[in-house]
Amino acid sequence: MPDFTMPSLGADMERGTLTRWLVEPGDRVHKGDIVAVVETDKADIEVECFDDGVIDTLLVQPGANVPVGTPLARLTSPAAAPSAPPSTAKPKPPAAKPKPPAAKPKPPAAEPKRPVPAGHPEPERGKPAPAPRRPEPATPLVQRLAEERGIDLTSVNGTGHGGRIVRADIERATRPKASPLARRLATELGVDLHHVYGSGARGVIRADDVRAAARAPRRPAEPRPAADEKQAAMRRAIGRLMARSKREIPHYYLGTTIDMGEATGWLRRRNRELPVARRLLPAAMLLKASALAAREVPELNGHWLDEKFVPGDGVHLGIVTALRGGGLVTPTLRRADELSLDDLMSALKDLLVRARSGRLRGSELDGATITVTNLGDQGVESVTGVIFPPQVALLGFGRIVQRPWAVNGLLGVRPVVTATLAADHRATDGYTGARILEAVDRLLQHPEEL
Amino acid sequence: MTTTKTRDADKAAGNEPITYREAMRAALRDALTRDDRVFLMGEDVGRYGGCFAVSLGLLEEFGPERIRDTPLSESAFVGAGIGAALAGMRPIVEIMTVNFSLLALDQILNNAATLSHMSGGQVGVPLVIRMTTGAGRQLAAQHSHSLEGWYAHIPGLRILAPATLEDARGMLWTALENPDPVLIAEHGSLYGMAGELPPGAGAVDIDRAAVRRTGSDVSLITYGGTLPKTLDAAERLASEGVQAEVIDLRSLRPLDDATIMSSVRRTHRAVIVDEAWRSGSLSAEISARITEQAFYDLDAPVGRVCGAEVPIPYARHLEEAALPQPDDIVAAAHRAVSGDA
Amino acid sequence: MTRKKTAEKRNTGPAAAAGAPDAAVEERRGLLHEMLRIRRFEERCVELYSAAEIRGFMHLYIGEEAVAAGTMAALGPDDAVVTTYREHGHALARGVSAEAIMAEMFGRSTGCSRGRGGSMHLFDTATRFYGGNAIVAGGLPLAVGLALADRMRGADRVTACFFGDGAVAEGEFHECMNLAALWHLPVLFVCENNRYAMGTALAREHAETDLALRASSYGTVSWAVDGMDVLAVSTAARRAAEAVRWGGGPHFLEMRTYRYRAHSMYDPDLYRDKSEIEEWRRHDPIDALTTRMRDTGELGDDDVAAMEKEIAAEIDAAVEAAKAAPLEPVEDLARFVYSEEAVRP
Repeated sequence: MPDFTMPSLGADMERGTLTRWLVEPGDRVHKGDIVAVVETDKADIEVECFDDGVIDTLLVQPGANVPVGTPLARLTSPAAAPSAPPSTAKPKPPAAKPKPPAAKPKPPAAEPKRPVPAGHPEPERGKPAPAPRRPEPATPLVQRLAEERGIDLTSVNGTGHGGRIVRADIERATRPKASPLARRLATELGVDLHHVYGSGARGVIRADDVRAAARAPRRPAEPRPAADEKQAAMRRAIGRLMARSKREIPHYYLGTTIDMGEATGWLRRRNRELPVARRLLPAAMLLKASALAAREVPELNGHWLDEKFVPGDGVHLGIVTALRGGGLVTPTLRRADELSLDDLMSALKDLLVRARSGRLRGSELDGATITVTNLGDQGVESVTGVIFPPQVALLGFGRIVQRPWAVNGLLGVRPVVTATLAADHRATDGYTGARILEAVDRLLQHPEEL
Repeated sequence: MTTTKTRDADKAAGNEPITYREAMRAALRDALTRDDRVFLMGEDVGRYGGCFAVSLGLLEEFGPERIRDTPLSESAFVGAGIGAALAGMRPIVEIMTVNFSLLALDQILNNAATLSHMSGGQVGVPLVIRMTTGAGRQLAAQHSHSLEGWYAHIPGLRILAPATLEDARGMLWTALENPDPVLIAEHGSLYGMAGELPPGAGAVDIDRAAVRRTGSDVSLITYGGTLPKTLDAAERLASEGVQAEVIDLRSLRPLDDATIMSSVRRTHRAVIVDEAWRSGSLSAEISARITEQAFYDLDAPVGRVCGAEVPIPYARHLEEAALPQPDDIVAAAHRAVSGDA
Repeated sequence: MTRKKTAEKRNTGPAAAAGAPDAAVEERRGLLHEMLRIRRFEERCVELYSAAEIRGFMHLYIGEEAVAAGTMAALGPDDAVVTTYREHGHALARGVSAEAIMAEMFGRSTGCSRGRGGSMHLFDTATRFYGGNAIVAGGLPLAVGLALADRMRGADRVTACFFGDGAVAEGEFHECMNLAALWHLPVLFVCENNRYAMGTALAREHAETDLALRASSYGTVSWAVDGMDVLAVSTAARRAAEAVRWGGGPHFLEMRTYRYRAHSMYDPDLYRDKSEIEEWRRHDPIDALTTRMRDTGELGDDDVAAMEKEIAAEIDAAVEAAKAAPLEPVEDLARFVYSEEAVRP
């Protein structure tokens, strides 16, 4: 394993001064990680290492001026280091020492001598251009907005400094797609684009759609365009199904509030180690916990058919998904209890994207054994839903909110979520129902086991 | 013996159909007659009569001093044109094809386009360079490219693309009167195009784009050799219920933004048709300008129908596949109108 | 305008007071003055460049002064000049004022190209000075065209075209030699062979290093001249220019010369031996002419001192004027990209 050495940062550089270490012995580093700051004739420059490994010894102390090529740190190969995932294997809580590459949002003001923002070394220094840096993490505000609105941050293009996702990006991500002219017309005619059907490719709203929407209230008799018709048909189908549910199923309802402190804390730490594209949303944890709980309480996982309960052949979660134009679909996440959290996350993302663009396969629209609805993105704190026949239970989650909460006799502020169950009294009683909420709660207290 | 002069004169008098080539020749004759500072030089413009027969007969009419055959030295004779223009002459330099003009690119860019500014306005270069451009005649990669868009990148030049008989007849004189270097890109497939010139046809403006067909549903923006194809496409679109407006840019630098934007503001949709390659091109420039200036009037993404990104091949079927065809234009217009872009 | 002024100054020199010198002495005195003026001007340029008053690329002519001084002396006011990026000396000798050149290098509005050209692109239509061209051999076609215009109009003017040994390797050189010879155009091709194309020695860039021989292959009258001897240069240039003027077709002069300084201010000058430079310095054109004129009594110590003093004053004034001159307004940035009607030729 080669040592990390004083780099040449320009054709004319012969020596450099190590200003600062950004790593400590024991830290695992990856190729491209910024590990130290070096002062040259021109400026302070953040320097990267070119190997994967674990920092063994720091050979040079800050302040030392050494020739180019001098070993600065000794690295050992990753295999020699403990091989368990760093978050669980490390004796220290990872949150106490953020890894340099992923999470180091330092205000530039702290280093006034640096001529360029972190992560953008000048290209002229005569070394190969560094690999593109991962974007800076989103701010808490943005993360909260994204969670609330059910937006996958990995799909959002960050327009802030260094590709950071800013609030406006979230606003844009939830904006209906419309042509520039349609957008202008909507403003002029006072039409809310959220309620306009887009006739263009991929549902883009075009000028004629806006004009039609503007005319619509005044001329209700006009024949409606085909898409409106489609939506109306969907509405009627939902209506029939929900009416049947309420007519036939004797619902009973239970609710509990769950402390999400462990879960969200673990999620934050976990996400710090994941590339942006693979980061997890809280929804994934809630779904996984629901799926495992349904496996523990099989009486709620299945169908009421011919006056008797038929257990499911696995846990297939129906996921209530609101469509932008109105209406909903319930795609099925099959064998959700057997998926790892990562796999569940990517399967969920894929399902949602395709559900919203109308590209679900027929097989994905049925076969659910229990349904989960999450109205947290709408700001709602609790939801008591209507069961999808012939299923016998529906779990509902509201928004994760900060609330005063007593832990070990001390009052603190914790993130909590209200979980509810709507269940079919023909199949189960409240006692069974309580078990599934208890299981969900318990599972969420041990997020690392999900 | 019939000279081209008498034959051309007969045509003009008898209102016979005239070709683009003959209209160009009439423009040359007119300029040589009106201004004794004007002369024509280039490879085979004299005894041969011009590679595409544009200058046929002019040597006999105006003599070897003013109809100058040059050696195959593009850089030297284009540069000589620049030098003669500096000295107050009004040279017309013919380069056989735009591909060959690359041999003179140093002179065109580093001298013709630059001298006025670099000298603080002390000198001007009133030079006209004519060159054949474009594909469609199975001449393969080194005689067929459309590089006029490259020249349109260069400040200090004016680039013209006559696509009609009137412009073939009328642009040259106005270009010669212009104090700056002007490149005229003549699409090779147009030389044989025949039609009637209105009596008294003469100099035309070289600043404005022209609306060659009006329509309300989509603006088809094109120039030069793709104008006839675009007009064909517009005809077919009309039979399919789409009213396309066809804009002939005429001048590639400067671009007439006003005409383009006024059309797009009416139709809300634009498709650019250009035989040149798509990447880093004039069509990209026009698309960018529409986005900059008429974004909130757009009801569909700006569409482009461009040449395939290959060196133009020889075989007829391959060459045709590499070039924008009326079918492609019709399809692109439908995509813009239906929103299925 | 400035040319006249310079000529007047020459006539009021100390030698004139000592008695009416004959025309040959007066000419030699003029050549010495011009060479000295070019050298002192450029020495000041080095100073100003080091002080960052002048920026960009700057190529010095020091050592080659005899070529510009001797050749320009053979041209008349209606003749034209096209040259290269190493053209301070040509511009000064042609009569572009030191003030306009200095102001140009300072990037000022009063510069001869209004601050748009800099050291490499000096222009002055009043003296028919069609520019320093920074594309090697890029000026040759222009010279051919200027001469073509004269030829077509029957004007008995000469276009002098300066370029270096590096240009002889360019295609444009060969195209232009052929075209000028083919059309019998009045061009005086002046090749300043200073033995290096930037850092590449003559023998490392040319298979045949006798450049005059190569030019003659186009049927052009061509010969080599000792470019370190200003009298040899002026004699050759006069002969060639008159032949060109009276219909002899293009002529080619290979001026064998040497630059003492590096290619440009950026050049560390690693490609040649210091002793080679010292060897050439022993043939310095200014020293040679001074010694000769002293030996023959045409020049006294006082004369040289007076000449130096006059030149220093002219350069001081040029620098002061350049420093005080206004900058071209930024609003005028795009002016002259296209002609303004008033300057139409």
